[in-house]
Formats: sequence, C-alpha cells, structure tokens
Amino acid sequence: MTGRDKLVFWCVFGAAVGLLALAPLVLPEFWRRFVTEILIWGLLAMSSDILIGYTGLVSFGHSAFFGLGMYGAAAALLLFVKPNLWLALLSGLVFAALVGVFVAYFATRLRDIYFAITTLIFSQIFYVVIFTWTDVTGGENGLTFSRPPLSLPGIFSVRFTSTTLHWFVLAVVAGSYLVLRRITQSPFGMVLQSIRENEARTRAIGYAVERYKIVAVMISALFAGLAGILYAVQNEFAAPDFVFFLVSGEVVIYNVIGGIGTLVGPLVGAAFFLMLREGLSRVISDYYLIPLGLVFIAMVIFMPQGLLGFLRRPLNR
Amino acid sequence: MLQQILIQTLNGVITGMILALVASGLTLIFGIMDVVNFAHGELFMLGAYVGVLALAATGNFWLALVTATFVVAALGAVIYVVALRPLLGRSPLNTILATFGISLVLQNYALWQFGPVARKIQEPFTGQFTLFYLVYPWYRVLIALLSAAIIGAFWLFLKYGKFGIWIRATTQDRTMAQAMGIPVPWVLTGVFALGSGMAAASGVLFGPLVGVNHAMGLDWILKAFIVVVVGGMGSLGGCIAASIFISLLEAYSSLWVSPSQAIIFSSVVLILTLLFRPTGLFVPTPK
Repeated sequence: MTGRDKLVFWCVFGAAVGLLALAPLVLPEFWRRFVTEILIWGLLAMSSDILIGYTGLVSFGHSAFFGLGMYGAAAALLLFVKPNLWLALLSGLVFAALVGVFVAYFATRLRDIYFAITTLIFSQIFYVVIFTWTDVTGGENGLTFSRPPLSLPGIFSVRFTSTTLHWFVLAVVAGSYLVLRRITQSPFGMVLQSIRENEARTRAIGYAVERYKIVAVMISALFAGLAGILYAVQNEFAAPDFVFFLVSGEVVIYNVIGGIGTLVGPLVGAAFFLMLREGLSRVISDYYLIPLGLVFIAMVIFMPQGLLGFLRRPLNR
Repeated sequence: MLQQILIQTLNGVITGMILALVASGLTLIFGIMDVVNFAHGELFMLGAYVGVLALAATGNFWLALVTATFVVAALGAVIYVVALRPLLGRSPLNTILATFGISLVLQNYALWQFGPVARKIQEPFTGQFTLFYLVYPWYRVLIALLSAAIIGAFWLFLKYGKFGIWIRATTQDRTMAQAMGIPVPWVLTGVFALGSGMAAASGVLFGPLVGVNHAMGLDWILKAFIVVVVGGMGSLGGCIAASIFISLLEAYSSLWVSPSQAIIFSSVVLILTLLFRPTGLFVPTPK
C-alpha cells in the first residue's frame, strides 16, 4: 500500500463512517433502527467473508455463532440483577467462542461441500437444542430482557436512545472492519489466502493448514457472535429463529450479492438485500420473498462477482 | 418394551424407505452434476401439493401420484435449463446459492397459492391391522413397498435402460461421454427432471401421513443431506442403506427423547462418519 492509496482509503473510510454517523440525526425513527440493523447484519456477513472470501471455506453455520452470541448476551443480562453491557458482550463472545472451537475442530477436517454441510448440520443441532430445551432457553418463545445502559464503570451511565445505540453499533462495526482488514493483510491472512488459492501447495510449503483453518473459523465465529450480541441488545430478545439455517443462507447471500473477498462487499450486500426486501414488502405486502428470490437467482447467474467485486483488488491492497 | 421396539423398527423401516426415495433423487443429482440441490425439499413439497390438487380434480390417488410426478419432473427440467445450466463450470458455491434462491421462491409461492393451513391427502385405502396394542394402517406398509419398487425400477433403468447407461457414462467422464455422441446437456436435464419426479412421488406418498404444508420440505432436505453424506455421495445402494439406518436410529431414539430431538442422534452419526470415513459408511473403501 503506497502512501497515496493509504490516504484514499482513510478518506473514503472516514467519509463513509461520517455519513453513517450523521444518518440517525436526519432519518426518522423507523429508518434509524433499519440502518442500525443493516450494520449488524453487515458485521455478520463480514465475519463470514473471512471464511468464504479469504479462506475458501463456505460456512452454512453462521446462524449458530450469531445465535449463541445472542443467547450468551441474554444469559448475562438475565442472570445479573443489574444488566451490564460489557458483561453481556463478554459472555456473548465466550459463548460464540466455545461454539466456534467446537465447530472449527470438527468441520475444518473437511473441504468444499462437506465443510458446508457439516457447518449446516452443526447449526441445526444447536437450533434443535435451543428450540427444545425450553426450561433454559425459553424454547420457541425465546428470551426477552431489557436493554442495558451504556456505561463506563465509575464514570458514567446513560440509557441508550436509538441514536446513541446507532453510534455504538457503528463504532463496533467500524472497529471490527479495521481489525478484520488488518487480519486479512497480516502474514496470517496471507496464509489463509494461499490456502484458498492452493491448499496442497500451502501444506507442502510447510504451513499447518488445519490449524490456520481452525483459527480462521474461530475468528469468524467471534465476530459473528459480536453481531449476535449487538442484535440482542438492539432488539431486547433472543429467539431460536435466528439459529435456524435459513439465517446462515441469508448470510451467504449477502456475501455473494456484495462480492466475496472484499469485507465491505458483504456489508453492502446486506444493505442492498435488506433494502430491496423492505422496498418489495411495501409494494407487494405479502410474498415479497418471491421476487426477491428471483432477483437473487438472476444476480447469481449474471453477476457472479457481486456488486463490489470490481473493487476486490484495490480494497485488498 | 420389546413390543415398542418392534413397532419402532417397523416405523423406522417405513420412514427409511420414503427417505431413501427422497435422498436417491438428491444423491443422483449430486453424483452426476455436482449440484447440491437445496431446492429438493421444495420439489418434494410441491409434489405433495400437485397431488392434493390432482386428487381433488380426479378423485383417484394413483392418478394424482402419476400426475404429480410428471408435473414436477417437467418443472425440474425447466428449473435446470433456466437457472442451473448457465452455471455449468462455475464454482459449486454458485449452484448451491441458485438452488437456495429457488427453494426460497418455491416455498413462498406455495405459501401464497395454498395458504398456511395444512392440507390433507386422503389415503387410497384405509385398511388396518392390529400390531400388539396398536392399530396399524396397511397404507404405511404399502408406502414402503412402493418406494422400494420405485427405487428398484430406477436401479434397473440405470443398469439396463439406454438412457440409464448414458447417465452412468456421464457420471464417469462427462467429456468422454460427449465425445462418444451422448447428448450430455440433455442427460443432465433429464437427470434433474428424474430426481425432481422422484421427490414429487415421495411427497404424494408421504402426504397422507402428515399434513401437506409449505414448510414440509425443510425437515426432509436436512435428513436427506445427512443420508446422502452418510451413504456416500452418488451411491444408490449406500443411500438406501443409510436411509434405513438413520430412520431406525431416529425411531429408536424417539423411545427416549422427543422426536424433534432425535435428529441430534443422526447428526452425531453424520459427524462421526465425516471424521472417520468421509467417503460414506455404506460404500466399499475406495482404493
């Protein structure tokens, strides 16, 4: 990355974050929430891009990480009398990490379609457990809790408004983007990309491919869990629907629509998909998923690179 | 207890045969085209719905079965030509996503057309026999026999039919098959139609046992995936053995846990299979 590239990158990044930070000040309440939600789904999609776009592993199990982050946050918020945001974050991340280790250990032994199916089945196992273990997880109804205040211990504590919540989510998502971007550009990220390009050769050079894959899945799970926590905090509930494999499918859809291997692409894909869904659901109240599905199929056929695929090179420089 | 076990054995074998019928279409499509068909469960569901409509129109269950099979097979051919053929030669991820999109469309189409209330298919006959303390419908036994017959006919067709031989040749080596004058694009379309038709037939057969609704495909597709992997991708015999094995396992485990949790057991089998014998439990060890 030359100095000029760096300048351009930080200018564009700053402008995008600035615009998103201004958004809640001008948008009405509904759209404020909507933009926050887009950011959260975007983070989930971004976390999955580490696997799909950079390591070449297609995960159909991200709903498990997302959902466990959600339930982890719920556990912390329900078990402690005084709900604390940071404890919720911590506990959600611990839950997601545990599931991440478990899934990563087994699933990374497999490749291609087998990896996709194993992650899918794992997420379904978690779904069934959460769905049927009614005493602990609330079963089909899920768990509801109240939103913790935004606080720094001993310094201040304020209730979230939809604007401050948006800024908080934006800060987390932008920070995660920078961290993920740094990871993909680190020597570790380079090894991941070389696994994507040619696994056998990477192994022949002497890298312990399996370990790299395990760590990649775990990193991905952590950020997916983070998205789950944010979603739980925003919506004040955790529900088994979010662990169902259709959510994982949607995550892969965001990636492909936006362009894999770009990190920003999945976020743009999520924004595009969710806005299209919102728009269609207003034009044709029910059954808007039919035209949405058709648009998606057409995009897979005619735009395999996704919306931001053409930026893949400059974004990874 | 022994009686319960025997009843569950019968239940397991019967569900296993239906599952085998669903999964053999899936394994056929995967083995020959490398397409992981996420929409297979929706074709199963649509088959059941076409069966409902045809039954209402004609009043004859067997006519409905045949109609559903052919209608959905034709639909499968159209889906393949429109959405999947353009993706030939691209990464498998693209075909997975396309079929995922197709399943989304089909499922919501069914919801739109038929509404959320489950429909019932009347079984063709209501004879029953007594099994220990249970009254057991003959129809269930008949389903198992019919599934076995369909799969058997399909196997004979693959082994001796001209088109069947084309299919096997295409599986082995697509380029060479093309060079020998086999119309490979048509074979692929035909295989997709065949697999869809089999899914539809199992949908109609299974319809009388449970209600027909727009989400019924979801359960089956997951089970069928497990079967296809445990049985060995693309192997018909392995697929049948794995179907019965998985269904028996779920039937026995539902003696102790709730039926919805039984899928955990089959998932564990799947994971163990993938770890220790990723080519499938019921196929000979590859050399």
